[in-house]
Amino acid sequence: MLELKNISKSFNQRTVWHDLNLKIEDGKILCIVGQSGGGKTTLLRCISGLETLDAGEMLIDGQSFNPTAPHENDAVIGVVFQDYQLFPHLKVIDNITLAPELALKQSAKQAKQTAEKLLERLSLSDKADLYPYQLSGGQKQRVAIARALAMKPKILCYDEPTSALDPGLRDAVKKIILQLKQAGITQIVVTHDWEFARQIADQTFKLEPQQ
Amino acid sequence: MHYILQILPSLLGGAKLTLEIFFWTLVGSLPLGLIVGLGLTSHFKPLKAILHFYVWLMRGTPLLLQLIFVFYGLPLIGNGIFTLQRYDAALFAFILNYTAYFAEIFRGGLQSIPKGQYESAKVLRLSYWQTIRKIVTPQVVKIVLPSIGNEVINLIKDSSLVYVIGLGDLLRAGNVATSRDVTLIPLVLVGIIYLLLTAVLTFVLRKFERHYSYWK
Repeated sequence: MLELKNISKSFNQRTVWHDLNLKIEDGKILCIVGQSGGGKTTLLRCISGLETLDAGEMLIDGQSFNPTAPHENDAVIGVVFQDYQLFPHLKVIDNITLAPELALKQSAKQAKQTAEKLLERLSLSDKADLYPYQLSGGQKQRVAIARALAMKPKILCYDEPTSALDPGLRDAVKKIILQLKQAGITQIVVTHDWEFARQIADQTFKLEPQQ
Repeated sequence: MHYILQILPSLLGGAKLTLEIFFWTLVGSLPLGLIVGLGLTSHFKPLKAILHFYVWLMRGTPLLLQLIFVFYGLPLIGNGIFTLQRYDAALFAFILNYTAYFAEIFRGGLQSIPKGQYESAKVLRLSYWQTIRKIVTPQVVKIVLPSIGNEVINLIKDSSLVYVIGLGDLLRAGNVATSRDVTLIPLVLVGIIYLLLTAVLTFVLRKFERHYSYWK
C-alpha cells in the first residue's frame, strides 16, 4: 500500500498542492484526474522520485521511503512517460533488458527470458529486434510498459497514457491496464480524460489548480 | 620520375610524423573532449567557469602561438622544469587545443539529448555513469560525428604547424626539397599526399556515419 501523508509542493511561491493526503491499496487502479495545471504530473513526478517534496511523507507498506534515493530500496515505482522515452539506439529487447542487467544485476540470460515473456504478454514478440523508430505509437507505449515491468515495480505509474494515441487505441490501453490489474499490479494513472478514468479506476482522485 | 622517387622517402618520412601527431592527438583529445564537454554541461558553477575559460583561451589564441608558447615559452618558467622535447611539446599543445574544440562539439551533442532520456534512465534505477555510458554517449556520438569529422580533417592539415618548433613533418620535408632543388614538384607531391590522406579519412568517417545509421 502506498500512502502520501500531508505532502506539499510549490515552485517559486506558486503552490501546486498543499497538505495532500492519498492512499492506494495494493492491486488497485488509482486515477488522478483534473485539468492541466492542476499538478497531476508533478504529483506523479514526486511519487517516482523525479521531483522532491517540500513537506510530508511517503509510506510504502507502512514504511517511510524516499523515491529520490533509489539505491536505498529496490525498484519500487515504474513509470510510463507520456512520450514513452524509449532509448532510440537500442533494440526493443535491449530497451527492456538494460536496466534489469545494470541495476538489478540480473544475468543477460535471465533478463532476456523475462523480457521475452513480457513481450509475449503485450503481443510484441515479433518486434523484439526492431528499433523504436520502427514502431507505431501504441507499440512504443507497450514497450515502455514492458520496460517498466521488467524492473518488477510495486507500483506502475502512467502519465497521460491516452493523450498521444488514436482514439481507437484507447481501448487497447484500457485492456492492458485491466490485464495488469488482474496480475495484481498496483497502478496509478494520470489523465485528463474523465471517461477513460471512469472505465478503469477503482479510485479517483481529483486535482484542481490552486487558487 | 627519377626525381620523384628520390625525394619520396623523405616526404613519406615526414608524412609518418604527420600521421603520428594526428593519431596521438585524437587518442588524447577525443576522450578528454567528452569529459570536458560533460563538465561544461554540469551544474557545478566553478567547474563550468574554469572550463569555459579554458575553452575561450584555447579557441581564442592561434594554435601556432600555443605551440611556440609550449616549446619556447614554458622552459623559461621555473628554471626549465616545464621543458618538453619537440615532439612532446607538439602533442601537448595539439591535445590541449583540440580538446577545447571537441569539448564544445560534445557539449552541443549532450545538450541535444532530451531531459526525458535522463529521467527515464533515472526511474529505471541507472546510476549517473551508467546513464552516461549506455544511454547518452551512444546517442551523442551519432549526433556529433559530422562535426567531429570536420575537426579531424582540419587536424591533419593543422599538424603542418609543427614545422615552427623544428619538427620534420610532411610539409617541412617538401619545403626543404623545394628550396634545395629549386623545383615545385615536392610541393605538388606534398599537396597530393595531403589530399590522399583526407580522402582516406573522409571515406572512414562516412563508414562511421553509415555504421550509426541503423537507428534514428
